[in-house]
Amino acid sequence: MIIWIIIGMALVTAVPRFFPAFIIDRIQFPKWIDRWLNAIPYAALGALIFPGILSVKPDAPQIGIIAALAAGALAWLNLNIIIVVLGSIAAVFLMTF
Amino acid sequence: MMNTEAVEMPRQSRLQLVRRGAAAGFPIVLGYIPVALTYGVIAGQSGLTIAELTLMSVLVFAGAAQFLAVSMVAAGTGAIEIIIATFVLNFRHFVMSLSFMNRLRRIALKAKIPLSLGLTDETFTMSSLHKREAKEEYGSWFYASLMLTAYLSWVGGSFLGGLLGDIIPSRLSESMGVALYAMFIGLLIPSVKKHSRIAYIAVIAMAVNYVFQLWGISQGWAIVIGTLAGGLCGIWILEDEEEEV
Repeated sequence: MIIWIIIGMALVTAVPRFFPAFIIDRIQFPKWIDRWLNAIPYAALGALIFPGILSVKPDAPQIGIIAALAAGALAWLNLNIIIVVLGSIAAVFLMTF
Repeated sequence: MMNTEAVEMPRQSRLQLVRRGAAAGFPIVLGYIPVALTYGVIAGQSGLTIAELTLMSVLVFAGAAQFLAVSMVAAGTGAIEIIIATFVLNFRHFVMSLSFMNRLRRIALKAKIPLSLGLTDETFTMSSLHKREAKEEYGSWFYASLMLTAYLSWVGGSFLGGLLGDIIPSRLSESMGVALYAMFIGLLIPSVKKHSRIAYIAVIAMAVNYVFQLWGISQGWAIVIGTLAGGLCGIWILEDEEEEV
């Protein structure tokens, strides 16, 4: 039973992932669609960060906000992304004493 | 513009690109390990065997959907409903893949397909912000290595979580839940510093995603709509020059 759920999940996840490879292979987009697609990574980052980050600690959304500010500050200082990640983990760790 | 960049860029060997890909994937590993361990534990508690929960990570490779699925299994939900929920939650990868594949136009279809299957929120955003590699002759080795690094940590972490339980102390593992968000912020900020108008794209996506979720739209569709809306504004916000950075 579980195996069929897994296979079904794999199919409905894989098809939307690989189908664009065929689309791109056949169709040349007009310039405005190229621009739209080039902006997608930044838009995706926005949509993935907020409001999701509020649920880092579901009962204390301010912890997520402070951790986001810490990550933002570290990134603003041009620190390596590993430091940004470790710094915000440390911030949450200290706030949850 | 593209030509001058290509000339300035020293050509890199495949091995160099594989190494750099693995290094670029490392922050994702840091974020995936605690989440994968937790997934392994919860999936085990939901009644999946270690083989089943590992297989799900091998074949699906989508964290949020896997958490949702095992909680639905535990609640006794039917298979069709679980599969539909997975489709909705993962449909955002269609938009991301369209964006990433468009950037990889130069790469052969037979390389694009495996790369597309490795797309997650994290591998997509990390790969997309490494734009220069898309123009390298062996650029697909960089992306493949980045994705494989992330994939192995996800599958390995799931297996270990099912086998050993959550081996990271709970307070640390809870704190590590912020890692992927911090990584997204760490990816976004340098682009915003370079071109402040990119912030509008991200903020519009955040706002649209948030409002749609407040209206009760499922998280999966809200992220898709937010991403498309933010990107749409990019048509006017991004200039050609910025697209090439």
